Order: sequence, then C-alpha cells, then structure tokens
Amino acid sequence: MNQSRREFLKTGFKTILATGFSIGVFETLRPEVLAALKKEEGLRWAFVVDTTKCIGCGMCVKACKLENEIPYDVNVTRTWVERYVMTKDGRIYADSPKGARDGFIKNDPMGVTVKKEDIDKGFFVPKLCNQCENPPCVQVCPVGATYQTADGIVLVDRTWCIGCGYCIMACPYGVRFFHPVYRVAEKCNFCYHRIKKDMKPACVDACSFGARLIGNIRDPWDSVSRIIKTERTAVLKEEFGTKPHVFYLGLDSIVR
Amino acid sequence: MKGHVFRPLWVTLGLVGLIFIARYFIVPPDFGIGERGYMYGWYRKGNEEEWKAFKIKHNTMQYCKDCHPDQSKKIKASKHAKVQCENCHGPSVDHPEKPQKLNINRDRELCLRCHAYLPYRPARYAELPTGAITLKMQEPDQHNPGIECVTCHSVHDASFK
Repeated sequence: MNQSRREFLKTGFKTILATGFSIGVFETLRPEVLAALKKEEGLRWAFVVDTTKCIGCGMCVKACKLENEIPYDVNVTRTWVERYVMTKDGRIYADSPKGARDGFIKNDPMGVTVKKEDIDKGFFVPKLCNQCENPPCVQVCPVGATYQTADGIVLVDRTWCIGCGYCIMACPYGVRFFHPVYRVAEKCNFCYHRIKKDMKPACVDACSFGARLIGNIRDPWDSVSRIIKTERTAVLKEEFGTKPHVFYLGLDSIVR
Repeated sequence: MKGHVFRPLWVTLGLVGLIFIARYFIVPPDFGIGERGYMYGWYRKGNEEEWKAFKIKHNTMQYCKDCHPDQSKKIKASKHAKVQCENCHGPSVDHPEKPQKLNINRDRELCLRCHAYLPYRPARYAELPTGAITLKMQEPDQHNPGIECVTCHSVHDASFK
C-alpha cells in the first residue's frame, strides 16, 4: 500500500476525532450525567403507599387528626383509609366510615355483612394529599392564600385565606375541606412542621405495617425514589395531568 | 379646555392612587412570587415559617425511650416492635410537664383495629427484623366478647400475662 505522509496524518487525525467523539457521546449519555443535565437538584417530597401492606387499622388517621389539631369528632380529616370489597357477583363495596378514624373492626362494608366465600378481593387504600406538580387547587385561589413551596408541598396561609372554597371544589382527589375552627381551607401538608425537622409525618410514624413511606424523589439513593423508579407504581387520576406525587404499590383499577 | 371635562379624569386618577396607597399598607412586604413562579408560588413567604413552627405532638419512641428504657426495650424485643408508644398512650406533646400523665387507651376496640378478623385483611406480617409471621386475628364476637384484651394479654411483650 502506497500512502503519502500527508494522507497518513489525515486518516490518523480523523480516527482520533471519531473515537474521541463516540467516547464523548457515551460519556454524556450515562444516566448520572443525564440526570445532572436535567437540573433537578435539591429536595422534592414524594410519598409511597403500599396498599398490599395496609390492614386498615386507621392509626394513621387517628395520629394525623391529633397531630394537626383537626377536630376529632367532626367528620373531616386530612388523610383517610378506604375499604374496597369486590364480590363474586361483580358488586363493589367501597366505604370509609369517619375516614377510618376508628379503623375497620367489623366485616360490614357499606353496612352489609359480606360472606368470606362471596368475596373476590378486598383491600384498603390510604389516601392523602398528592402534592401535585401542577396543583389545580393553587391555580384557582383568587387571593394567593394557597401556594407550593420549592420542595413541592402545597400549603394554605390561614391568615390570608378568605374561605371561598374554590380550592375545595378544584381538587380532583377531594383532599381539601373546610376547617370548622379556623374557618379556612385545610389540607394535608405531609406534616410540614415534622418533615422540616427531620422527622416523618405523623401518619408514617403511626403505621406499624410499613404501608406509608416518605422521601426525596430527586435523590437517586433515597429508598422512596428507588421504589418509584424500580417498582410497579401507579398514581391516582393520572389523566388529569396534575402529576401527583403520592405513588401507590398494588393499586387496583376499581380505586377512584 | 374647560375644567369640567377633565374633572372625571382627575377623580379616576385619584382613586387609582388611593388604591395603590391602600395596597402599600395592606399587602405584607414579603408577599410576592416565590420559587414556583406566579401560577403556583404567588404567596406570603412568611407563612412557610409559620407552618414550620407548628407544634409537634407525636414525639415517637425516640423521645419515650430516654425516660422509659425498660418498657421500650421490652416492646422492641417483642412482636409489637413496630407499634409506636403513642398509638395507645396518646400524643406525648410536652410530657412529663404537660400533660403530666398520659391517657392510656386500653379499649378492646383499639386492639381490634389490627387483630379483628376480616376476610380481606392481609394475614402476613413481614415488618419485623426476625422475619415474616402470621398476623394474629380473632373473631371479636367469639373470642371472649365484652372483656378487655389486657385482662389476659400483655401488650408490651405481645404475649399472655
């Protein structure tokens, strides 16, 4: 093979460039680098509810009401547990008496005693504020009394809220309610006063079954974000585009 | 130009000026656009601190174990290891100052929250470090109805008295 000096140098230079470029591409496509490019730093709270572990004791509801000064005997609550029982004839029984403040201690879904042999499946689903990335409840507030913090928690300013109730109607998950004492809109805030002091929300602490978990979705090594990324999770009412940040394990399609 | 033509204009401008002056006094200085932008972050920044200062009532077992090491060690070694003290004893708040004595719930209904038999209640309990066990469930109508569970059962070591 006959090759001039110039020809040889040209080809060599091209080869070095091509190799360097392809290595560079693979380097930038590494998941860590891509994650860093997305500029999602800091803290973003997310919640995981494992419905397969929930047994419907309602300790979370009791702890939440006492922790957050929600009048105990009024039928309002920041978090609640729903019971779903599906029978062989296709009926669905769904109830949550007093938001499951006293748990489920009788086999009486919607006041009906369901025989064991008639049941196809039954389970409990804890519900709480989804701390949506696009919270519709915040959009509708006419006075700027409800807002989202940088770490993703939607809060209500009790001194600024005029109690018009728009946000209560806007929430697709029915999470908001009217506080009977302060006479303002009220909602779950993942126990903001606790999570900001490195504690867990009262419901997470009260759960003896590990059905409730909280963590930072932006930290790839956080146990909660690992569950969300590696396991089969679902969110409620995804079609609304609210981007909820409460992720459910073992969520059945009959759950609304 | 005649003065009466401009008079409504001056009145309107004056009213707008008054609104701005009133707004200056009514709207708090820290009210504005936060990190989440105008749509989701139009609020009074000081409210975040107000929520952070909210009183904690459930101090968890970490708080209880300092003064009650025997009881906490006992329950930690039992099958009730993952049950918080405050689930039955009530929120500790500022105990031992306020309240000086906690109101213990010894009701049968409290135990039944977990231990009542429901056909759809998961019977496997895998939260203990020692491995998965069967969740003890009883038919409340058949298992000594009317008697408090604590008459025979010891809660702290999850066994019999």
